[in-house]
Amino acid sequence: MNLRIIVLAKQVPDTRNVGKDAMTPEGTVNRAALPAIFNPDDMNALEQALRLKEQNPGTSVGILTMGPPRAAELIRQGLYRGADTGWLLTDRLFAGADTLATSYALATAIKKIGGADIIIGGRQAIDGDTAQVGPQVAQKLGLSQVTYAEEILDCKDGRLTIRRHIDGGTETVSAPMPCLITVNGTAAPCRPANAKLVMKFKRASCPSERVALPVKPGTPGRDDSYDYLYDSREWLNLTQWSVADIDGDPQQCGLAGSPTKVMAVQNIVFQAKESKSLSDSDADIEWLVKELRDEKIIG
Amino acid sequence: MNNVFVYCELEGTVVAEVSQELLTKGRKLADRLGVSLEAVAAGTGIKGKVESQILPYGVDKLHVFDAPGLSPYTSAPHTDILVNLFKEEQPQIALLGATVIGRDLGPRVSSSLTSGLTADCTQLEIGDFEDKKTGKSYKDLLYQIRPAFGGNIVATIVNPEHRPQMATVRSGVMQKEIKDPAYKGEVSYPDVSKYVPAEDFVVSVLDRHVEAAKNNLKSSPIVVAGGYGMGSKEGFDMLFELAAALHGEVGASRAAVDAGFVDPSRQVGQTGVTVHPKVYIACGISGQIQHIAGMQDSDIIISINTDPEAPINRIADYIITGRVEDVVPKLIKYYKKNSK
Repeated sequence: MNLRIIVLAKQVPDTRNVGKDAMTPEGTVNRAALPAIFNPDDMNALEQALRLKEQNPGTSVGILTMGPPRAAELIRQGLYRGADTGWLLTDRLFAGADTLATSYALATAIKKIGGADIIIGGRQAIDGDTAQVGPQVAQKLGLSQVTYAEEILDCKDGRLTIRRHIDGGTETVSAPMPCLITVNGTAAPCRPANAKLVMKFKRASCPSERVALPVKPGTPGRDDSYDYLYDSREWLNLTQWSVADIDGDPQQCGLAGSPTKVMAVQNIVFQAKESKSLSDSDADIEWLVKELRDEKIIG
Repeated sequence: MNNVFVYCELEGTVVAEVSQELLTKGRKLADRLGVSLEAVAAGTGIKGKVESQILPYGVDKLHVFDAPGLSPYTSAPHTDILVNLFKEEQPQIALLGATVIGRDLGPRVSSSLTSGLTADCTQLEIGDFEDKKTGKSYKDLLYQIRPAFGGNIVATIVNPEHRPQMATVRSGVMQKEIKDPAYKGEVSYPDVSKYVPAEDFVVSVLDRHVEAAKNNLKSSPIVVAGGYGMGSKEGFDMLFELAAALHGEVGASRAAVDAGFVDPSRQVGQTGVTVHPKVYIACGISGQIQHIAGMQDSDIIISINTDPEAPINRIADYIITGRVEDVVPKLIKYYKKNSK
């Protein structure tokens, strides 16, 4: 069965490994101190998509992402692992989107692509932890959704059997295609990049990335000319779409299309409590244990 | 119209604790706004079984949707119940548990109604908002307050123009409190087929395993929590030993859970469990906001850290500067010595 699969992926700041320099003295986020990575749950989703591709010859896997031009790196990371294509949504009008405006942009792009049998993404992104975009895309496309998926067990007769995490346990569900799946971080980790595919796709880029490339000496038609490279090898040309390219309504994109507004952002400074400082000496620890016992704080 | 709504999550016919916590919070918000508190429950064979678990929290009107196929939960039917009910009732606020169900349902409903939804709120308050860009002022909005950006900042989110203002809250963040065991609320039993079209029942649950909670972290009076600095699964062994000696439970920071040192059910923080113990012993935990959001209401906080400037020390009652590997065995030793 030839499946058409779209993987939703997000480039995120690596908020798991923030050091003390992650915040500026003014209390704003120091983005420069955080590397941009492929959102971890989205990697688990990619793995499930690639497994379906292996089991169903003729299947195509495409990576759909929204972000600044550098987010095209996600598409390359997908291609290195076995994805076939990708689409980057990049436009100033997409900026400042909350989950609803993001889901509008992604759903509109999916319509432009011509839909899919399976749309699959991570359960949530580590920079927001909301888990909202997947279900919102499903709703906008009128699709069934299966969230918190851990493994796609079976795909036949137009239906998927999926094991998913639920509070306190697991559940196995059967859902008709087309459907949208969000994958939990407990699912199988993604395979590493394949060296041959890295060789093939490492120069793949979207048009707005190429603007930033240094101009390489060489005349058109010669091997070391980038123009020649991209003209002769169509697989190196990544698709880049603006709001207009997907026939989107600017009023529903980005900040304009976001019902939620950030009223205030604070870097919390905790009120210092009156605290007792102790060393790790035996005397100090024994004193603490006795104090807690005397105050009947511990039994 | 314009009331506060709470979606009550069910396991069979039992109302989830998080929903009762939200009813308690919803009652306070409704009082502050001078409106009614309404609740929604949807399941199979629940009529006559859920009312007494919901009304005592001060619910003025309860909508019970009882029909085959509504339990176990699947996305589409529950979405259409809320969407169609909200279209009729026009709530100003809708609250859901930040559970697997609430986080599956909330976004779908918010997308359908084009309303804003904030996940994993740690505080909900009512207040005014002035949009500096448009110059418009809004009275009595829901402040949806949550740590953001991996827990490094706290953001206050508002939804000025769209209704309902939707938020999810994790279990244990709010405290449940019965308002009046005999609280008189109206109960309605709508005709489910008027809200849920037959084609909603397309996803079927083939098999389901739910186990009782693996640990008692949420209600344990003593929590011994470890951070990424514990280094390994084995590193946590001494924390389990201390917790066993004190009759407490072991918790962990997100970094320790992500590293696979302990089961995710032990994660304390905004995206884990919120605890309110008598004693919280933080072992090698630096104290990101998202972690502190889940334990700051502990009565006594003891911090063991090699870094005297660790952020968690600012909220600690006792600060032990030293290595966890040195301090914890001593705590066990002197506790055993002094409790004989």
